[in-house]
Amino acid sequence: MKVKVISRSADEFTKERSQDLQRVFRNFDPSIRTQEKAVEYVRAQNAAKLDKIFARPFVGAMEGHIDSISCMAKNPNHLIGIFSGSMDGEIRLWDLASRRTVCRFPGHKGAVQGLTVSTDGRVLVSCGTDSTVRLWSVPVSNLLEEDASSDKSAQPRETYVWKNAFRSVDHQWNSDRFATGGAGVDIWNHNRSAPEQSYQWGTDTVVSVRFNPGEPDILATSASDRSIALYDLRMGKPTSKFIMRTRTNSICWNPMEPINFTAANEDSNCYSFDCRKFGEATCVHMDHVSAVMDIDYSPTGREFVTGSYDRTIMIFQYNAGHKREIYHTKRMQRVFCVKYSCDGSYVISGSDDTNLRLWKSKASEQLGVLLPREQKKHEYHEAVKNRYKHLPEIKRIVRHRHLPKPIYKAGKQIREQNESQRKKQEKRKAHSAPGSIVEEPLRKRKIIKVE
Amino acid sequence: MMFKLDCITDQASGNFAFSGYEPGLAKMGVQQDEGNYVPPNEKSDNITDELEIKMNKFLRGKANLEGLQDKKLKGQLTIREELYGKSAQAAAMAEKWLLPSEGGYLEAEGMEKTWRIKQESIAREVDISSSRNQFDIILPDLGPYTLDFTSSGRHMAIGGRKGHLAIVDMKTMRLIKEFQVRETVRDVVFLHNDLFFAAAQKSMANILMTGRYPYIYNRDGTELHCLKEHGAVLRLQFLKNHFLLASINNFGQLHYQDVTMGEMVGSYRTGIGRTDAMQVNPYNGVVALGQSLGTVSMWKPTSSASLLRLLCHKGPVSAIAFHPNGHLMATAGKERKIKLWDLRKLGDEPLQTLPGNAKTLDFSQKGLLACQLGNGSSVQILRDLDGNQMYKTYMNHGMVKGYQIEKLLFRPYEDVLGIGHSMGWSSILIPGSGEPNFDTLVANPFETSKQRRESEVHSLLDKLPAETIMLDPAKIGTLKPERKKEKPTKQEKMAEIEVAVEVVKGIKLKKKTKGRSKPSKRTIKKKDLIAKAKSPFLAQQMKEEEQVARKKQKTTEFVEPPTSLMRFVRKEATA
Repeated sequence: MKVKVISRSADEFTKERSQDLQRVFRNFDPSIRTQEKAVEYVRAQNAAKLDKIFARPFVGAMEGHIDSISCMAKNPNHLIGIFSGSMDGEIRLWDLASRRTVCRFPGHKGAVQGLTVSTDGRVLVSCGTDSTVRLWSVPVSNLLEEDASSDKSAQPRETYVWKNAFRSVDHQWNSDRFATGGAGVDIWNHNRSAPEQSYQWGTDTVVSVRFNPGEPDILATSASDRSIALYDLRMGKPTSKFIMRTRTNSICWNPMEPINFTAANEDSNCYSFDCRKFGEATCVHMDHVSAVMDIDYSPTGREFVTGSYDRTIMIFQYNAGHKREIYHTKRMQRVFCVKYSCDGSYVISGSDDTNLRLWKSKASEQLGVLLPREQKKHEYHEAVKNRYKHLPEIKRIVRHRHLPKPIYKAGKQIREQNESQRKKQEKRKAHSAPGSIVEEPLRKRKIIKVE
Repeated sequence: MMFKLDCITDQASGNFAFSGYEPGLAKMGVQQDEGNYVPPNEKSDNITDELEIKMNKFLRGKANLEGLQDKKLKGQLTIREELYGKSAQAAAMAEKWLLPSEGGYLEAEGMEKTWRIKQESIAREVDISSSRNQFDIILPDLGPYTLDFTSSGRHMAIGGRKGHLAIVDMKTMRLIKEFQVRETVRDVVFLHNDLFFAAAQKSMANILMTGRYPYIYNRDGTELHCLKEHGAVLRLQFLKNHFLLASINNFGQLHYQDVTMGEMVGSYRTGIGRTDAMQVNPYNGVVALGQSLGTVSMWKPTSSASLLRLLCHKGPVSAIAFHPNGHLMATAGKERKIKLWDLRKLGDEPLQTLPGNAKTLDFSQKGLLACQLGNGSSVQILRDLDGNQMYKTYMNHGMVKGYQIEKLLFRPYEDVLGIGHSMGWSSILIPGSGEPNFDTLVANPFETSKQRRESEVHSLLDKLPAETIMLDPAKIGTLKPERKKEKPTKQEKMAEIEVAVEVVKGIKLKKKTKGRSKPSKRTIKKKDLIAKAKSPFLAQQMKEEEQVARKKQKTTEFVEPPTSLMRFVRKEATA
């Protein structure tokens, strides 16, 4: 006879000393966990609810400007520094960690309309309605940390005066060239007081200029004649252009897929385009109820943030038609500029109420260093939520957002209008000769002409 | 193991020298350190087979992506399936190599039979700490005793019929609390941990007197709640995942009470009369009740009708037990039969019918079935050796003659069977009955009070709503299948017309004067009425036929083939 029975000695299964950690034994056999699907579903529900409870996206406001913020620039070489330009001509450098002004750059006589920083993070370029372009030396970061308390001000390194007012500026990757948009598109060099090249296509003002992050010689602009145009600096002339129904306020390239860019439009939508194919948008991002003023991509290229005239900020997935997140506060007025932080975990907005605001990009994310156990728990919650996201109860909890009444009502009205238009179109189609009414998708409908 | 045994027998018969290497064998096999030969392919095959079986357990079924049209979705799902496969493989490997303990076993050698092996001989073979699990506690005054274990198997609650309640720590064999309630105790059951237990009581003196209710006590013996709504309860069961206390009382009323908030989730009159055969299926939380007419019905807290009824026995059902995997049910009837049923395909025929007049049944974690036999003083353990759901005798144990067994219950995570009987309670060793490896986060026999507090909070967070109790718990999270609108068949249509005609035929015609009620007139009138009743159906039928014909016409419109093929065209079609 051979016999063995289960026999556990307490020494093996309990901790030896009182300072030791408790020993944990795992057995993943499904038979000892009954009703695991139901348990997982309940956990997914709880995870979704906990996300709602911990959703505290607002980190803090940075006050100091005395007029509304018109533009911002992030320093690609320094994570916690951000520049902001105001309508009264003041430029400030902020320290995001302490939420204080580190340095001021006085000099512009009119509103500052564009700000950008060179790739090495040493030179700040600003332009404004006073028809000047100014180059500033950015203070070195370790110097800042020494006496962060004192409020310093810097003098411009160069001041170039030109013929027309400027609306925007963007720096080329890894060179000392930058482009300004105003009456036309001008390409400048750090060391020259006049533009190297100038482009003109149409007579209207260029509103926004952005260099392509992958192909540094390609430039996208939007103008107040409702056009979006592509320029190639090597060719010496503009390459292609298309005209939409409404003006595009801002453009941002997707840093991870540099063939794609997204345009923030006056008609409260954002449109993603593939620059090889201008006939239609790849995606229309809806949900704002007023003109979208600015847009910025996350460095991961999976998400972007938009600021709107309707006093809200929204975060979209790069390929989703509707928002993932909406941020608003009672005191935040019209948002003129937004930026995603260089580590992708924060969003900064500048608005009409002279404040910069710092938000978390994931509303319920836990800040600070996480223990491995906490990290695991968060990952598990994310996974179960993802697994059961299609179930109605969980979908409802995850999607629900509290909206200010005017925005809720405006959104409702827009939806009603769209619905009635769709119905009318359907009826029209049903009562006319087959094939006589061709319905164009929204992606194509807003583009009038491609040149 | 098999090969090693062969070697030994060969050596015994004298073919091989004891320590020399046989050249012929060395060619066939691989020389191992300890000197036992293992063929190279066989071993690796065994391991891969074993891993595959384990992997299948962790995979929980495979998705069939063959018929999927959407290529993008198919790609995503294929990637996900691959991930599942990898994690299942990792889990299988972990189970194979990393688990700390191995299961118990009892193997007969030579002429021995496992069912002839006595407890005394097992006790001689096993280590001291295990043999301490074999004992009889004789308490002749207050029996018969019923018992219950916590889900980790650490604590045991005991209820003597004459009012004796106690909690014992089975690890240290220490009596935690013992008290006398001076009432008949029908059943005891632990709630979610060892801090609370419920007892079904009844006043002994007079039926009309108060005190016929279940009570909840804490481990210090303090009465916390009196659950008056349940009435005179015969059996109690606790659903751990749902925090529901289920009870059946002597009027056949089934009650479900949420023990966290105290809310009565469901209270149903089952209409099956007095019964004390009640068992929760741990796999899905469904309660099974045995009836005196031989049927077993299954219940959930959200419906007042039973989920299913099954005629199991010709006599009253005396006990029910469920296999932990939820696929097997054992029932015992008063007509001296024990039957095993496959819950996945229920039919009239049981999987297996065994003789035996069992008052109590229990499945162990590893699927051994314990039943009480004879005139109530012996225990039989059945085992499904080959995995084909055919149970055969594994062990037998006889108590002292005259002891009446009241309750059999396997202790979780141990190779121990607890027996409550008329003269106290006993505990015997059943090798291979318990799960050898516990999961600290599921049920921990070595739980400290801090761990208990934490697990209590977590289990409350994961408390399942009562709606999750259903026959197939894997349905949660799946999509509701679209219901097709079925067309009535020809027979059904005819039946409909017939019903309408019968209604008309039943109408009595009024008596009229001046020859208008002549038989000939009456028959004409009846015929008219019948035709009128039929006409809407016939019109509908005509309409449908017309539609079908029109569709056919459209599809069979003749398209002229090329001239070279005209000779193959049917004559009628061209004409």
